[in-house]
Amino acid sequence: MKDLNTSQTGAPVIAAKDLNLTFQTNDGPVHALKDVTLDIGKGEFVSFIGPSGCGKTTFLRTIADLEQPTSGAITVNDLTPDAARRARAYGYVFQAAGLYPWRTIAGNVKLPLEIMGYSKSEQDQRVKNVLELVELAGFERKFPWQLSGGMQQRASIARALAFDADILLMDEPFGALDEIVRDRLNEQLLELWARTQKTICFVTHSIPEAVYLSTRIVVMSPRPGRITDVIDSPLPRQRPLDIRDTPEFIDIAHRVREGLRAGHLDD
Amino acid sequence: MRNLGPVLTVIAALIALWYLAVVPMNAQWAQDQARRAGQDLGFAALVTETMSQQRPRLPAPHQVAAELWNSTVVEEWSGRRGFMNTGSLSNRSLVYHGWVTLSATLLGFAIGSGLGIALAVGIVHNRAMDASVMPWAIASQTVPILAIAPMIIVVLNAVGITGLVPKAIISTYLSFFPVVVGMVKGLRAPDHMQLDLMKTYSASGPQVFAKLRWPSSMPYLFASLKVAIAAALVGAIVAELPTGAVAGLGARLLSGSYYGQTVQIWSALFAAAILAALMVALIGAIQRMTLRRMGMAA
Repeated sequence: MKDLNTSQTGAPVIAAKDLNLTFQTNDGPVHALKDVTLDIGKGEFVSFIGPSGCGKTTFLRTIADLEQPTSGAITVNDLTPDAARRARAYGYVFQAAGLYPWRTIAGNVKLPLEIMGYSKSEQDQRVKNVLELVELAGFERKFPWQLSGGMQQRASIARALAFDADILLMDEPFGALDEIVRDRLNEQLLELWARTQKTICFVTHSIPEAVYLSTRIVVMSPRPGRITDVIDSPLPRQRPLDIRDTPEFIDIAHRVREGLRAGHLDD
Repeated sequence: MRNLGPVLTVIAALIALWYLAVVPMNAQWAQDQARRAGQDLGFAALVTETMSQQRPRLPAPHQVAAELWNSTVVEEWSGRRGFMNTGSLSNRSLVYHGWVTLSATLLGFAIGSGLGIALAVGIVHNRAMDASVMPWAIASQTVPILAIAPMIIVVLNAVGITGLVPKAIISTYLSFFPVVVGMVKGLRAPDHMQLDLMKTYSASGPQVFAKLRWPSSMPYLFASLKVAIAAALVGAIVAELPTGAVAGLGARLLSGSYYGQTVQIWSALFAAAILAALMVALIGAIQRMTLRRMGMAA
């Protein structure tokens, strides 16, 4: 089982070293990230969990070059985040689906492809493929408001997958959805990950979600935002939903909870 | 059309009020006339009299309606100088004067909305323009148009530009402003997340504009175009007032007031109002069509 879990061969896909990020606000500086050091290997599924203000989203945004670190080094695919973004190294899924209301589902998925200059036939082919991947085939011509919240979020994942970046950055993508829909989407996400072999960074504040999905769980704590624990999951890659009742699962969940509590003791 | 009922109710109420006002407004003159003729007017006779004067202080609604009808359909259909007899519009008809004003309005509206959109694009994309243009745009609207209109027309006249263009420029002056304000808001409508998404695609400035900002601004654009076209019409009419223009709704208003032709004034006013309503309705229709095609039912 060991060989399945750790596929970190060669250089890490994402490497952060002593990363610091301070926001200047009206209430004085906010230390969003403090001395964050983390390597993420190819094909890993890494979850970031912690209370709000712990810097998990900020770290994801730093990988995506949406925030610039104050100090420290970070590389994505051995490039600076800026260069990696220009090389379209990652797809980003936001908390809200953020589909354009004036575009159909197919039109929304096509958006990055249009921007990146794919040919018309290539666009259609890719849209078809990714919509099948997220089980939205047949909804091409619907407008976003005609779809449920879960379906919209799936469409936004399809949009992030459309241009086939190796890295998928997901910022609490299922946070606004109900438990049942979320379970289903988590299952689908694992299937999708297994099929596409992508490296996934996943921000969440749900312990079961983090444990169920990840090969590695990064526990963070706030003020200043920092990593307090990194947990390698011994769970196999194939995970039925009822794996959540196994002792291993409960053990990891317990350790995550402990890590979160430890972070709070400093307050 | 589910608001047809309420609209008609309001119109009916206004017309009733109007009729009520006609009697006291015109009673003085009617009684003077009667006294001179040595007659004594009863109430019924007084009411009839106030509703049918040649130059009433306040014309009755049916007088205005009749004048509107006569100076459009009847004049062009059977008038000596009308369209059916001469093949060209009669210079005594409101169709002719309406068209003169409308053409200036449309030209001014086209330039004004184009200018407004261009300024908004500049303001949203250029920091210097963001800081400098808006205060001037607002200042421009605080200057009374009646003070500026004659100057613009005189200056342009001096350099040999007459006729349609000076009036259109005054229309432009009034109509660019709502478009600037609306479009700045519209082009800034996309939230942080949507802009971040574009950044993750490394989209270029023109791409962000074409794929995100422009479509996001459509509802704002149409709202401001409706205000702009009404303002453009006001601009064209105002431009006709101080210059002794011989044609246009403004000219009709002016000549009506010179000769005390209140019925003519009111019918020209209503022609302008109807024109504005039609243009706003037309833009509303285009808006509904566009937004429906974009999947955003308004």
